[in-house]
Amino acid sequence: MRIFEIIGPSMIGPSSSHTAGACRLGWVARELLGEIPTEVIVGLHGSFWATGDGHGTKEAITAGLLGFAPDDERLIQAPVLAREAGMTVHFDFLDLGPQAHPNSVRLQLRGANREVALIGSSVGGGNVCVQEIDELPVDIRGTLVTLILWHQDTPGFLAGITAVLACVQINVATIRTSRLQRGEEAITAIEVDGAVPREVSALLQKASAIERIVCLSVLPGF
Amino acid sequence: MPLCLTGILTMQYQYRTAAELLELCRSHSLSVAELTVRGEVENGMASREEIESRMLTYYRSMKDSVHKGLQITERSRSGLSGGDSRRVLAHSSGPNPSALGATFERCIAYALAVLETNAAFGRIVATPTAGSAGICPACLLTWQEERKATDKVTMQGLFTAAGIGRVIGLGACFSGARGGCQAEVGSASAMAAAAICELDGGSPEDVVHAAALALQNTLGLICDPIGGYVEAPCMMRNGLFGLHSFGAAAVALSGVRSIVPFDEVVSVLREVGNKMPRIYKETAEGGLATTPTGLQFLRHPKPAGDRGFKASQWPQPEA
Repeated sequence: MRIFEIIGPSMIGPSSSHTAGACRLGWVARELLGEIPTEVIVGLHGSFWATGDGHGTKEAITAGLLGFAPDDERLIQAPVLAREAGMTVHFDFLDLGPQAHPNSVRLQLRGANREVALIGSSVGGGNVCVQEIDELPVDIRGTLVTLILWHQDTPGFLAGITAVLACVQINVATIRTSRLQRGEEAITAIEVDGAVPREVSALLQKASAIERIVCLSVLPGF
Repeated sequence: MPLCLTGILTMQYQYRTAAELLELCRSHSLSVAELTVRGEVENGMASREEIESRMLTYYRSMKDSVHKGLQITERSRSGLSGGDSRRVLAHSSGPNPSALGATFERCIAYALAVLETNAAFGRIVATPTAGSAGICPACLLTWQEERKATDKVTMQGLFTAAGIGRVIGLGACFSGARGGCQAEVGSASAMAAAAICELDGGSPEDVVHAAALALQNTLGLICDPIGGYVEAPCMMRNGLFGLHSFGAAAVALSGVRSIVPFDEVVSVLREVGNKMPRIYKETAEGGLATTPTGLQFLRHPKPAGDRGFKASQWPQPEA
């Protein structure tokens, strides 16, 4: 746990979980899409739905989708700014079941070239956890730089990726691969210490099994 | 840069418990604040200069949130708060101050002010959360004024607070939705007590005891926000638990010790949080939120049902 997970984030009120965390989840979703979202469906679960209105949860998620940090004073005007930017955001109630964290959200984004879906929770103090990307389980906190790879499940895949990272002295903090079935589509999330140079992402992109890479920076405010 | 010796990462300043923290402070002769800074530098994400400059920015931002809140005269969207920090501040400098004294009346006003800024969609620094963001700024600003210290010196208290907060965060949690108000205001109060204690010359041992004393007096505190808003009772809990932090720091500085060590208090925080009924965890379904008066502020958003679309399907364009 790092200092600025405890002191911080610097944020627009009123709630670290319902406002700042919600903004960060929107921000992550935009990064994962890798382009400007044009249409977004937001399903609010539990307390996000029940008490979100008084906490500016919808405004905060929209601000994140616009790429605003949680302390951006435009946060409360985000719905208007999104409309002006040509982004449609729909909100609705969603029940993710009794096991889900009370402050959870499902975000489906559509851009010019692709779609992405994620489920994430705001777990307290503005900290967040992304639990699912495109229906595959992940565990992304955004406190470290995270490489997210959409790829085919093939033998030796991870060995190849980690070999590249080892060559450039990038230390892997955590690594997790999820897939639906053997040989099918998979997602690997690799948290690393420090930054990932652009050339490294470009090099990894050449691996034939890889469909897409996103290098998720540390979330704003960490 | 991470220390890389023969391919193995060697970390010297990392801890998970207060016992480990105290051992590291002893063996390296460091304050809690300094140990916390070194641990962060060792993590390799930022340099000491970057970390200190960011913390200074945060401290100044906290002070801004106090000053902004003290200007607020109108009520918030919910009608639950607004203008109270001004009122307390005015009383503190008025002709009939209470026996508490002007300094600590101001401390209350400062904590209320942060929460009023927060309720007005203003900028605050979550310490550790937004609902408990008034306690550390109020205590540090009161200390700074009382000791006539600079921002740079006072800001060191935030590193002490972070060091103690880390033990709580790793051993329990900061979330009202998971642990109740004790996890938010309790954590903030322990962090502020630790900060003031170290700024006033307390040893690492004094600091940890100040935190233990503050935290144990908040155990069981429920999160029962009226109407679900981060305003009442949150605001007054910030205002009054700031005083509690000063009390805990003073007791620890006198050499009095907490019978139960900090790490054990943290595990009680976790245990009580886990066993606390859901209605007392930020759901606005119990406590002050469901008193006859509290219920008047509750709004019931209705699930969408058959209206519109299901959240998992793209809506069809309207004909």
